[in-house]
Amino acid sequence: MIAAGAGGAAPGAGMAQGGTVLELRDLHVRIVSRQGTVRAVDGVSFDVAAGEALGLVGESGSGKSMTLRAVLGVLPPEARVTSGEILLDGVNLVTRPQSELNRIRGRKMSMIFQEPMSALNPVMRVGWQIAEGPQVQLGFSRARAAERALELMRRVGIPDPERRFRAYPHEFSGGMRQRVMIAIALSCDPEIILCDEPTTALDVTIQDQILRLLARLCRESGVSLVFVTHDLPVVAQICQRVAVMYGAQLVESGAVADVLLNPWHPYTRGLVRSAPDFDYVRESLVPIPGAPPSLINPPPGCRFHPRCEFAEEDCRVSETPLRLLPGGRATACLHYERCMDAAAADRAARA
Amino acid sequence: MTAADGAGPEGLLAAHGVAVYFPVGSQVMARVQGEERRLRAVDGVDLDIRPGEALALVGESGSGKSTLALALCGLRPVDAGDITLNGKVVGARRSPADRRRVQMVFQDPYSSLNPRLTVGGVLRELLRVHHVVPRGQVSAESKRLLSLVGLPEEAVGAYPRQFSGGQRQRIAIARALALRPEVLIADEPVSALDVSVQATILNLLASLRAELGLSLLLISHNLAVVRHLCDRVAVMYLGRIVEVAPTEELFSEPQHPYTRALLAAIPRLAAGALDAEAPAITGDPPSPLRIPSGCRFRTRCPIAQPRCEEEDPELTSAAQAPEHLAACHFAFEPVPPAGTGLARAGDQA
Repeated sequence: MIAAGAGGAAPGAGMAQGGTVLELRDLHVRIVSRQGTVRAVDGVSFDVAAGEALGLVGESGSGKSMTLRAVLGVLPPEARVTSGEILLDGVNLVTRPQSELNRIRGRKMSMIFQEPMSALNPVMRVGWQIAEGPQVQLGFSRARAAERALELMRRVGIPDPERRFRAYPHEFSGGMRQRVMIAIALSCDPEIILCDEPTTALDVTIQDQILRLLARLCRESGVSLVFVTHDLPVVAQICQRVAVMYGAQLVESGAVADVLLNPWHPYTRGLVRSAPDFDYVRESLVPIPGAPPSLINPPPGCRFHPRCEFAEEDCRVSETPLRLLPGGRATACLHYERCMDAAAADRAARA
Repeated sequence: MTAADGAGPEGLLAAHGVAVYFPVGSQVMARVQGEERRLRAVDGVDLDIRPGEALALVGESGSGKSTLALALCGLRPVDAGDITLNGKVVGARRSPADRRRVQMVFQDPYSSLNPRLTVGGVLRELLRVHHVVPRGQVSAESKRLLSLVGLPEEAVGAYPRQFSGGQRQRIAIARALALRPEVLIADEPVSALDVSVQATILNLLASLRAELGLSLLLISHNLAVVRHLCDRVAVMYLGRIVEVAPTEELFSEPQHPYTRALLAAIPRLAAGALDAEAPAITGDPPSPLRIPSGCRFRTRCPIAQPRCEEEDPELTSAAQAPEHLAACHFAFEPVPPAGTGLARAGDQA
């Protein structure tokens, strides 16, 4: 479930299958640059339940990757969490010392990056890269860790694992490298895996294989996923819930089918309408006018108002926190009823 | 020359048995040991771009789409076959007049523009070298081009770094249009851009096509983009065209098993969550250094038969659909049951 604003946890609003694994409470990340302070993440709150896949979508510069990096504790040196909490199993990661973070990172959460070639060690055999986690984090012996690596390679569908164990990353194709990354991410049985555009660099056929693999692993092992991407159809296929980011804030969240097919925020609607849809060919696509906001001097009020067709006077002045609505949905739009009507008209035009 | 005249039945720009090879490793040793050490990036392609049409070229990375585009544009010599422009054979060394007819827009607008030249500098250089307009009108023509692609006139004095990705792609399109080409080749023109910006560039390409009567060859891996913009689609696999058809026909009645797999792999907004079904296609494409015998798709094909190992299928059409060509022994026939095939999961890792 996604809560509205800081501390506004709403019981029973989500479709949680188990307890909450990850909880972000009013997270703020700032980057100090020569041009001024960049509000890279500006008051983001969400929950991820056990076994759930949450999609985090938005354009480049919307703060989705920065949110993910803050959770993992791998922010760039000039960026800092200035306030808010990141709770993993109830433990606030923001206040923990580095040594403890290192332990938690390996064991309870892991990450899959967009570019497996730059995330893997080019001079280490892939089998040993997969075995490294169990050796270091779980205290496995070399032989037992190697055994574990072979088992993982089989699980992620790397053919002939005994031989491929001794191969180097450059000997693998893009899809196989991403399978290696997934094996590494799974190596210590984490509770949550953070995925940063894991299929963006892959061909559509290979993307299909990797998405199916992730969906299967999720189901089998009950691991939670946070899936950062800009590709809405991909989110529709793998996530149960989605949160949309714009200008470093969350603007809408809810069940995937609800949000993507019936958006309650003009920005989400804009995203859906601007992307060509394979199943719906239109005369012309409808781009979102204007450009994304500056994160140094964001526009006052709703950050989307300069580009929004429904903007009113109040949108320019009042803050627009995410408000919880019936059906486990939340939107930051003050006039979301209008967006609802417009989305209904879009659907009617489609049919 | 208008688009209609001069172009024979074979189209405005056409490839006939075009092949492009890249040497790999020592060529001396290759000769001594009698081995073939070349990568067959494009391996016998027949394709025509008709006047005024938008043709899509789709396929996985490594299938040779971009290499074929470079060859068509005259930026790469071909190792076999011919490229014809208005029915006349042209090589990689083309006359300036022929070069003008085919222009290209590249994928990455960050690396395809000269960072040391202003936008006006880029356009003026082209306009002058090719004598597109009299000297006195060069500056006015630059501004006209910018407004054609939706950029303000002031952009003339700015450097590429001062623009966003979408704007840079507009500059790249203006540069291609400066020479008033008949064919515009766009190699993944929107894949480096954000979703909301992609729409503006796709709309621009569509309107320019309508306004200027351009032929467009769009290379893309995004089939939603292709369906939106193109009249015909050519599917490429390991250096060959395996299927060509009018867009809607290809998507509603794909004949090649690879096309079917490609369509099944598209993530769809309305489709909902992935079920436990096996992926549309298993394994990776084989290396173009080791192209399988017979049908090159047989190692991943769900319906491959012993015959496919021996015979390389030709790109042919059926009598009832002369516009629809497919290179499969079982095209335009009832589909043999899946699972009877010879393909093994993950054959090529």
